[in-house]
Amino acid sequence: MYGFEALSFNIHGGYLEAIVRGHRSGLLTTADYNNLCQCETLDDIKMHLSATEYGPYLQNEPSPLHTTTIVEKCTLKLVDDYKHMLCQATEPLSTFLEYITYGHMIDNVVLIVTGTLHERDVQELLEKCHPLGMFDSIATLAVAQNMRELYRLVLVDTPLAPYFSECITSEDLDDMNIEIMRNTLYKAYLEDFYRFCQKLGGATAEIMSDLLAFEADRRAVNITINSYPYGHEELAVCEDIDQVRAVMEKYPPYQSIFAKLSYGESQMLDKAFYEEEVKRHCLAFEQQFHYAVFFAYMRLREQEIRNLMWISECVAQNQKSRVHDSVVFIF
Amino acid sequence: MFPGKMEQFIDNLPPMDLMRSEKMTFVQLIIPAESAHRAISYLGELGLLQFRDLNADKSPFQRTFVNQVKRCAEMSRKLRFFKDQVNKAGLMSSSRTLLQPDIDLEDLEVHLAEHEHELIEMNSNSDKLRQSYNELLEFKIVLQKASGFLISSHGRAVSGEIELQDNGYSNDDYGDTASLLEQEMRPQPSNTSGLRFISGIICKSKALRFERMLFRATRGNMFFNQAPAGEQIMDPVSTEMIEKTVFVVFFSGEQARTKILKICEAFGANCYPVPEDISKHGQITREVTSRLTDLEATLDAGIRHRNKALTSIADHLAKWMDLVRREKAVYDTLNMLNFDVTKKCLVAEGWCPMIAKAQMQEVLHRATFDSNSQVGIIFHQMDAVEAPPTYFKTNTFTNPYQEIVDAYGVARYQEANPAVYTTVIFPFLFAMMFGDWGHGICLLLGALVLIARENKLSTQKLGSFMEMLFGGRYVILLMSLFSIYCGLIYNEFFSVPFHIFGPSAFRCRDTSCRDAYTTGLVKYRDPYPFGVDPSWRGSRSELAFLNSMKMKMSILFGVAHMNLGIILSYFNARFFGSSLDIRYQFVPQMIFLNSLFGYLSLLIIVKWCSGSQADLYHVMIYMFLSPTDELGENQLFWGQRPLQIVLLLLALIAVPWMLFPKPFILKKLHTERFQGRSYGILNSSELDLEVEPDSAREHHHEEFNFSEVFVHQMIHSIEFILGSVSNTASYLRLWALSLAHSELSTVFYEKVLLLAWGYDNLVIRLVGLTVFAFATAFILLMMESLSAFLHALRLHWVEFQNKFYHGDGYKFKPFSFASLTEDDD
Repeated sequence: MYGFEALSFNIHGGYLEAIVRGHRSGLLTTADYNNLCQCETLDDIKMHLSATEYGPYLQNEPSPLHTTTIVEKCTLKLVDDYKHMLCQATEPLSTFLEYITYGHMIDNVVLIVTGTLHERDVQELLEKCHPLGMFDSIATLAVAQNMRELYRLVLVDTPLAPYFSECITSEDLDDMNIEIMRNTLYKAYLEDFYRFCQKLGGATAEIMSDLLAFEADRRAVNITINSYPYGHEELAVCEDIDQVRAVMEKYPPYQSIFAKLSYGESQMLDKAFYEEEVKRHCLAFEQQFHYAVFFAYMRLREQEIRNLMWISECVAQNQKSRVHDSVVFIF
Repeated sequence: MFPGKMEQFIDNLPPMDLMRSEKMTFVQLIIPAESAHRAISYLGELGLLQFRDLNADKSPFQRTFVNQVKRCAEMSRKLRFFKDQVNKAGLMSSSRTLLQPDIDLEDLEVHLAEHEHELIEMNSNSDKLRQSYNELLEFKIVLQKASGFLISSHGRAVSGEIELQDNGYSNDDYGDTASLLEQEMRPQPSNTSGLRFISGIICKSKALRFERMLFRATRGNMFFNQAPAGEQIMDPVSTEMIEKTVFVVFFSGEQARTKILKICEAFGANCYPVPEDISKHGQITREVTSRLTDLEATLDAGIRHRNKALTSIADHLAKWMDLVRREKAVYDTLNMLNFDVTKKCLVAEGWCPMIAKAQMQEVLHRATFDSNSQVGIIFHQMDAVEAPPTYFKTNTFTNPYQEIVDAYGVARYQEANPAVYTTVIFPFLFAMMFGDWGHGICLLLGALVLIARENKLSTQKLGSFMEMLFGGRYVILLMSLFSIYCGLIYNEFFSVPFHIFGPSAFRCRDTSCRDAYTTGLVKYRDPYPFGVDPSWRGSRSELAFLNSMKMKMSILFGVAHMNLGIILSYFNARFFGSSLDIRYQFVPQMIFLNSLFGYLSLLIIVKWCSGSQADLYHVMIYMFLSPTDELGENQLFWGQRPLQIVLLLLALIAVPWMLFPKPFILKKLHTERFQGRSYGILNSSELDLEVEPDSAREHHHEEFNFSEVFVHQMIHSIEFILGSVSNTASYLRLWALSLAHSELSTVFYEKVLLLAWGYDNLVIRLVGLTVFAFATAFILLMMESLSAFLHALRLHWVEFQNKFYHGDGYKFKPFSFASLTEDDD
């Protein structure tokens, strides 16, 4: 169908694409970030944000603010946007939108299982979960003792069930196994999402495959650096970051990322990856009539919330010199 | 000299507010810091000064009065909280305005903080009470329902062990019930025969998934019993009533128990112990019931107390909100001001209408006096680089018409305002398309209802549609009045003609009237005195006659309307002193339009007056194709042929006249000025820069691009020439829509009402009447009036305003307390 999606895209997707592009223009700009970085207190941040789309979400917060409140309210805005879009969406866009949340679901599952392993209160853990990754029986995760139970009791009802097939072992849940489970699930999820996008075809497939491939690579590199024995073949044999660099520099897109880093440095790698990711997501908006804009918008907004969290933390802890360390400008 | 007299006459006309926007002046205020707040709030009450933001480069939190703004925002947050609480409690925030002593901001801040603290405490107390009440209520329900299962389960279970759990009561702050439960827990003998149970209560919506989860977790080794609770329980967070289900799970084994308890926790199911012993059961039930009554009394007392506190808040709420809103607006405005060098004075700049200067000075004087300031406020005029804002003083009647014009574009400063003419022409053009005095009366009634209830409606919050209708009530009034007038002219009342102004001028040829519809009628007396003769209705030539009349009428009005537009462009050019525009734009445009379509209008009038049978299409077409030919039977008056040739030549001359001279003259003027000034700059460039840096900068930027000006002029001329044809044709929509309207109403009248009336059956007649009424109301009154409105709008915006209106100004937005709305919080 490539080239013809413009003919019929607007029948179902036109309204939502307009909505998502409208949301995108509500993202904070560099000028906003510059102003935010000059803030002295969290109240200043609130004041500045009150002129943005976050305004209505923050205006009823009593004055001694906390970073968590800001992040929570900003996330609430994202969730409201998402829910609105999901309500309006028809197939296959609604499935596409649901796919976007599966990543958060995996993170939430891991968060709760790890938390209960360390005997945290379930309610407390639930509050920390990302609201986009919530599902009905998420609290019951605490009951499970091993992988098999985890699957049989809880996950079988969730969309994550098919991704779990590789993880069903009777092994006990410990930190190591959980981390492996997270990455296995993520791998299966990304592959499934990729297949789904390919099935949709057209510009969606083209752009999404690029975005998802980048995501997968980023994760692979991170896993390698954090010394888990998984990853792409060549990466798998690497032992330190410089070897990773050697492998990665063979691929032009990553060469530029690693070129920015001095040898032996891995702290800034995250930021470099995020910057590249943001760039790619922004590019997704350059084409019309495809679904990748929804994915890109959600990711950009999440990045923006991460930025806000970092800025708020820096302001709250009087570390303003470090503000620019981790903020990724979107525009 | 005649033209001189004319100019004098025009200059001496009394000024009219709406003709041109108010003269504005750019003013600077230097306000001593101590009287700044008072001065700004007095100016806000006056509402005639538009402040310019002098700190546009600063972000909001870097400005001087940011702390005060924050405090106001915090206070308005508290006030919103109160309002929310008052609404939740179902109290009306009273509209009666109590005369209270004025309260200042600091006191209010303390006040609000106290009230908020008090309210939050009361809320948390009542929440705690509500929670314990809910728990007791749930316990009671569980006791009632679960005992039923237990008794029936006795048959199967040899002996049941009572599993008592205080899981639901992990919150120790609630000692009462906990102790009750503990006392229940202790004496229970541990029975090891295996079968135990847990009883509790869960949301109805979650029950099914809960059961499934239990089944999976215990691998089917459990027995689940449930019953609806029967009573709804309030959810403390959302204060909604929720339906719940009582359940009892039977199971065996310690591991299963842990799992089940965890699942209960995860699903938010509250577990309550139920004693199996009947006597114990009765005792606990009694105890719980008595506690419930106690708690209920306490809760009621708490709510009464809270409501009292809220009522006292509600009495002041409106006033407080108003005060905080004003204070916030004042500080926001203060933030736009600059400190002068000494840091003792604030400098404000802004636009105000020329006529308001005296008022402003008076207000500023009062502010100085009231704040006991030693130094007065300095108020003086300044030159401004940017164009002044556009400000029209409108009233309730003229405002909607001004809005109609502003919706297209706000007038350039001091440009001729089309709203003056729109006030009459707009409703009249509407009425030409909506000519039916029956429908007009319906519209009139609607408009009168809106106007009669004006005082009541203006204070209410209306829906968006009602608000639009209400805002345009005077437009609707005029539209309906003109519709009645046009309806009388067209002689249509729900498409039925009436003999209001005497008998018809026509009658049948003989008494039997057989050939009335075949050969026609004969005229036997003077024409019908007003409007269309009712005998035309239903005649063979009805449509031909009405169409010809309405079409000609449309052209007459259209040409007149467009001429008015061009004449207004003359007044604009005169006002702005641009003789170039008069000579090379206004004059050729007038000549071009009138030599073609003005001549057509003349022909129409001559034809009407003389009763000639000339074919006007033919005349107009052959005026272009072969102007020198004899007109023959189409000749309307003596000397028509030479006149036509002259007019055609004039029109042809007008085209290059419009196109070429203006850009060339502009170019010449520019080169002359440039040469003249280059000497000036050489001689006194330093002096020039020192004296007027702003204006000097301006001159240097002014570049003359001939090709751009020429292309612009070309576009303008072509647009006018083609436009005068297409715009005239565009006015034919007046005819088309009025035809559509009358045909539609005829169809509804004849094919629905008369058809149904033909049956001698009450039901059919009623159905016919209903259909007719609905069709009239929704299709003719609503949809048709909407479409006529839109077409009238188009005729104004496009055909009329493109002749003279620039519409690239910006509105005067004074700082005014009156314009603060509730949304500004």
